[in-house]
Amino acid sequence: MGNLIGQSVKRVEDQRFITGKGNYTDDIVLPRMTYGYILRGNMAHAKINDIDVSAAKAHPGVVAVFTGKDIADSGVNGIPCGWQVDFKNGDTMKEPAHPMLVADKVRYMGDGVAIVIAESKEIAKDAAELIVVDYEELDAVVNAKEATQEGAPLVHDEAPLNKSFDWGLGDAEATAEALANAHHVTTLEFTNQRLIPNAIEPRSAIGHYEVQNDRYTLYTTSQNPHLTRLLMSAFVLGIPEHKVRVVSPDVGGGFGSKIFHYAEEALVTWCSKQLERPVKWTAERSESFMTDAHGRDHVTKAEMGFDADGKIVGLRAITYANLGAYLSTFAPAVPTYLHGTLLQGLYTTPAIYVDVTGVFTHTTPVDAYRGAGRPEATYLLERLLDLAALEMKVDPAELRLKNFIPPFDGVDEPGYQTQVALQYDSGNYEPVLKRAMEMVGYEAFREEQAKAREEGRLLGIGFSTYIEACGIAPSAVVGALGARAGLFESAQVRVQPTGKVSVYSGSHSHGQGHETTFAQVVADKFGIPLEDVEIVHGDSEAVAFGMGTYGSRSLAVGGSAIVKSIDKVIEKGAKIAAHKLEAAIEDIEFAEGKWTVKGTDKSIAFGDVALTAYVPHDYPEGVEPGLDFSSFYDPTNFTYPFGAHIAVVEVDRDTGKVELKRFVACDDVGNVINPMIVDGQIHGGIAQGVGQALFEGAIYDESGQLLSGSYMDYTMPRADDLPDFEVDRKVTPCPHNPLGVKGAGEAGTIGSTPAVVNAVIDALAPFHVKDIDMPLTPERVWRAMQPKTNGREVHS
Amino acid sequence: MSVPIKVKVNGKEYSHSVEGRTLLVHYLRDELRLTGTHVGCDTTSCGACTVIVDGKAVKSCNVLAVQCDDAEVTTVEGLSEAGNLHPLQEGFKEEHGLQCGFCTPGMIMTAVELLERNPNPTDKEIREGLEGNYCRCTGYHNIVKAIQFAAAKMRGQEQPLEKEVAHG
Repeated sequence: MGNLIGQSVKRVEDQRFITGKGNYTDDIVLPRMTYGYILRGNMAHAKINDIDVSAAKAHPGVVAVFTGKDIADSGVNGIPCGWQVDFKNGDTMKEPAHPMLVADKVRYMGDGVAIVIAESKEIAKDAAELIVVDYEELDAVVNAKEATQEGAPLVHDEAPLNKSFDWGLGDAEATAEALANAHHVTTLEFTNQRLIPNAIEPRSAIGHYEVQNDRYTLYTTSQNPHLTRLLMSAFVLGIPEHKVRVVSPDVGGGFGSKIFHYAEEALVTWCSKQLERPVKWTAERSESFMTDAHGRDHVTKAEMGFDADGKIVGLRAITYANLGAYLSTFAPAVPTYLHGTLLQGLYTTPAIYVDVTGVFTHTTPVDAYRGAGRPEATYLLERLLDLAALEMKVDPAELRLKNFIPPFDGVDEPGYQTQVALQYDSGNYEPVLKRAMEMVGYEAFREEQAKAREEGRLLGIGFSTYIEACGIAPSAVVGALGARAGLFESAQVRVQPTGKVSVYSGSHSHGQGHETTFAQVVADKFGIPLEDVEIVHGDSEAVAFGMGTYGSRSLAVGGSAIVKSIDKVIEKGAKIAAHKLEAAIEDIEFAEGKWTVKGTDKSIAFGDVALTAYVPHDYPEGVEPGLDFSSFYDPTNFTYPFGAHIAVVEVDRDTGKVELKRFVACDDVGNVINPMIVDGQIHGGIAQGVGQALFEGAIYDESGQLLSGSYMDYTMPRADDLPDFEVDRKVTPCPHNPLGVKGAGEAGTIGSTPAVVNAVIDALAPFHVKDIDMPLTPERVWRAMQPKTNGREVHS
Repeated sequence: MSVPIKVKVNGKEYSHSVEGRTLLVHYLRDELRLTGTHVGCDTTSCGACTVIVDGKAVKSCNVLAVQCDDAEVTTVEGLSEAGNLHPLQEGFKEEHGLQCGFCTPGMIMTAVELLERNPNPTDKEIREGLEGNYCRCTGYHNIVKAIQFAAAKMRGQEQPLEKEVAHG
């Protein structure tokens, strides 16, 4: 009790996970439960001429088969999008229908054409093989830029040139002028490749309609159960929200991919209503690859101009963002407001313009994946800076130090107004880079590198200094930017009569450790033991409302809502204490678990006030019984964590294999509640960022077949691909939330990717290689080292 | 067609009729309701389903239940004895070796066999030993520390082995 904030408290949720007692969606079995298997198109773009499900229906053990036509005939709607980004000329965003099952056409490999529901999942799968679909295959397009060319196959007839929207931000004219007058301009054309999130728990959903009280329960692997309830009930199925309960029990990782409302969630709910039996669907891994929303996939041309002193004078970026076949929940926001707005980086660049076209293709929908837009922005900036340093023959660390925004705390000094809409809250950028350089031993490394080069060994070092916008988000701001929902958070703090505390949080924990971190905040503030606090989340019946967990928002927004409720409890407790202690309310103060009359030893303990609140026999007049408060916290700004990452690599000259020898990170995520958990978040983020740099990438063939559709074909980092991570922290508190926290969930992923790529390019300096597209596989790196080729040209 | 099997799981004898195609992981999860063993993929790649069969760590999505007739199986539920956590379970908690917890049972069961083969592993040997298990949350850093924690603790407890070494 007390002093729990800032301690590496061991996680309370671990007990159930390490003993095999976790409760994940697929672990749940309900009476009379049936099992659904979804037949998906085996082509990426095809007209459905006919579908014959008679043999499947007749198969023993099959309960029902529903097709896209059944869904369409029932009058339900498609899966909605939660964010609107219109065209620059004022035209409305193209937002084609996204049915739960398709009736007319498949538009990507994951489109479902029928669901078979049976007494077991094996029977359902057997029967699905008996469905005969007459497809007429059509040409497909998978590359975002190519999809916008005249004559490209159309994903939706109502979206000419496959454009959903186009969008610009910043001062195009000033930027053009700055670049035209620059002493040096560095240009980079690159692809930020498509990634597949791959939470190790596959998505799963159970729809359970209970006819006796006309109520629906959906169990689902969601980061965001309340939003799923809202979208599914109000927009898709048209059932009253108060008749729908959504439960997200233990969820095995999300990384963004489980934020969104998915077709399968509405489908099992709808099917359960038809059958009056529970219906469970669990993705096989190949379905996860095909249907979990993917991440990244930008084709970009970027230019950065410098004056003769190496100061950045302008930045322009033109991006084609692949949105896949349909608009996923937050898809339009990711390449625009989470990407374009971050192009100021940590630098004083006076003129910036960014142009983004959102494009439909015959591929899996693309949405937020850990970092969501900010890794793309950071990669763009940090690759340009390292390339510029190479071209201008200056040290990449010096170039960054020269261009950093000077420190500002957001309290005595104002926030920093960027050229791209945001106002940074607080920042002090030089110390994180200096500290990371000290940790890696920069000068000594350059000597070692020179010596290694003489011996023919290829050592490289790469920098990345990043900023992110987290704590998503001030509702009025995002509303003005196209969000169709507010992005506040709610929390209820219920002090039980015995002084134990139940906290109902709208945030959802799926690895982040909220049950520990949030409890630390509550126990610390109330001065009670940690074990007296329980955090409840993930059940719309228990928690009044929530906006879920993503965008490194849970502590900054959800934690702040908890603090608001804590303050209300302490304030009401003071009234009760004043009455009991026969003192004036102004003379009461709360500390260390008791209300005390200032300057005396007269006090009343937390538990006694709680009991008095529920057994109000001796109670202040005009005060209601009970000690239970709800709060909604809507932040006034985003939070802006930042940091410096440095990678050290060695490239094998003969094979092109990259060995990541060291990874050093100094991050500033504001105040820290549990350093152990924050370090863990940074570690995991770094691993995913390294994954993008070296291993991962979704590959489609020209017909839209996903070639990287299993763990045999899509490489993620394994334990022996990674070194121990060397991490440290600086602390610049967030000036606008009560805990001073900024968020740590995405920092590792955002910062690490360009550091690794920059290190490889540095290692390859003897070969005069300027760029290689990710992932930096041995083949690509080896080809880049071969005479008269460069990495970009040879792997198309 | 159903086939009768007899299998000892976590010390308890079971007799069941299973379909020939039933995988061990589905038998454990669906028939015995031991849901600590997870299914993360369908290509034997992720290791979330790892259990111990007759002393060897195996991926239970790659073994038929009928192959386990007369076998002895240990799942994560069977690791702690008399309410005491196994040193590996303790290590994962102490060193923050898990986040979402989904890969954790498989990681722990893999490490059980790893430490049996090599009670004093280097970090590199641990990393190589985890080659068959994906974790998407931790970056493996703290998993390596968790296994080292357990290795140290288990070595400390195994006085007889140390004596034997000393005599040898």
